[in-house]
Amino acid sequence: MKYSIFSLARAALSGHKNWQRTWRDATPKDRYDVVIIGGGGHGLATAWFLASEYGIKNVAVLEKGWIGSGNAGRNTTIIRSNYGLPGNTGFYELSMKLWERMEQDLNYNAMVSQRGVINLYHSDAQRDAYARRGNTMRINGIDAELLDLAAVRKMIPFLNFDNARFPVQGGLLQRRGGTARHDAVVWGYAHAASALGVDIIQNCEVTGFVREANGKVTGVETSRGKIGAGKVGMAVAGSSSRVAAMAGLRLPIESHVLQAFVSEAIKPLIPGVMTFGAGHFYVSQSDKGGLVFGGDIDGYNSYAQRGNMPVMEDVCEGGMALMPMIGRVRLLRQWGGIMDMSMDGSPIIDKTPVDGLYLNAGWCYGGFKATPGSGFVFAHLLARDVPHEEAARFRLDRFRTGAMIDEKGQGAQPNLH
Amino acid sequence: MRIVCPFCGERELGEFTYLGDAKPVRPEAGASEDEVFDYVYLRDNVAGQTSEYWYHGGGCRAWLKVTRNTLTHEISSVEPAAGAGATKVGA
Repeated sequence: MKYSIFSLARAALSGHKNWQRTWRDATPKDRYDVVIIGGGGHGLATAWFLASEYGIKNVAVLEKGWIGSGNAGRNTTIIRSNYGLPGNTGFYELSMKLWERMEQDLNYNAMVSQRGVINLYHSDAQRDAYARRGNTMRINGIDAELLDLAAVRKMIPFLNFDNARFPVQGGLLQRRGGTARHDAVVWGYAHAASALGVDIIQNCEVTGFVREANGKVTGVETSRGKIGAGKVGMAVAGSSSRVAAMAGLRLPIESHVLQAFVSEAIKPLIPGVMTFGAGHFYVSQSDKGGLVFGGDIDGYNSYAQRGNMPVMEDVCEGGMALMPMIGRVRLLRQWGGIMDMSMDGSPIIDKTPVDGLYLNAGWCYGGFKATPGSGFVFAHLLARDVPHEEAARFRLDRFRTGAMIDEKGQGAQPNLH
Repeated sequence: MRIVCPFCGERELGEFTYLGDAKPVRPEAGASEDEVFDYVYLRDNVAGQTSEYWYHGGGCRAWLKVTRNTLTHEISSVEPAAGAGATKVGA
């Protein structure tokens, strides 16, 4: 169905009892041109771009749970393109531009809200680093503004500017950054992809690969039977190592848990997204009024989808350092998502050494903002068998060749990124 | 999650730092590029029982080898890590 003000009025007049399902709950066919493993944001976006941009409509998306049950429903909903390294800069801006037209493209309200993202700095060295990053962004046609203390005071007057250890000195602002409604993003892609003929198959867990004698992947074994495929794309977030292992691959990835937090709802306070550069704390306010915030990963391998206390304490301390008045706000919910932490902190979008198997993995913290861009370039790779120019550096072999993209400059250890 | 340090007893997680998978073994000096690549970058990333190194920085400062289930966070054994801090362990 097509959403419009008239469809809304019609549904309202009939007591909201006649809304149709927004996507078909498909049963698997014997064979597809492309099978995507993983019905999260990236997998669904890939399927939609395959159908809409590259004309490949015989596509299935296999999801082991239900749409929105994985990391798509477990993130802090921030979108931005303030990256400084070649490879990242162009890719995240491509993604940002796709966010800006997503709602029109999908005919779905994803509540994309460009309220601005500000990264605060607390030292001269950090100011210089942000100035440099901002310059890199502007050279590449991306908006960035370096704010001094007076400008930050005007914009966010309630911060603790007198913090003795980490005084706020200014910030790097990207006004086009902001947030989007995470559930609506997956629902929107599912809605639009399904309308173009893509089969979205829920409760369908992949348990193995079907392979020819020469090793080529020609399908997947699933909890709902065998499904043949011309090509298989993996977009399974924190489970990449597990799925790749079924094809005999070892990846430069560890799975870690990242926690996120929501407070009780309060009146509008935080104008956009803020990050506390001295620690690791980021916060925004949802449209319902809850403060949504997070910090570091827990720092050890985990598939448990729940975190532990020390990081919870650390995150809350970061929040208190920045805004002491939130100490009276109660924490409402906390959850953990499992992510691929790659060895350099950057994603991998590439063919694998296994013929017919394609990989979209290693998103570390940053998977949500990348959703449309990731889908677009992965669909390009699956359709054309060559990487999209904006994702050409996200190679699987970059660790072997030394062409790493270490945005944070931390070295080859996943729990530092 | 709490870890029972063999020297200090049961302590909270915040006292410890994770170093990583205990399985990869540093290759000899004459090792091939493939072996070094494998050691530095590739991981089994096991879902289930795994063996890993933790450092008890907030306590006795010993390196520990911990057997843990990555699906449940359940710890089944903690022992002094041989090699790292071996002299301290033996003392």
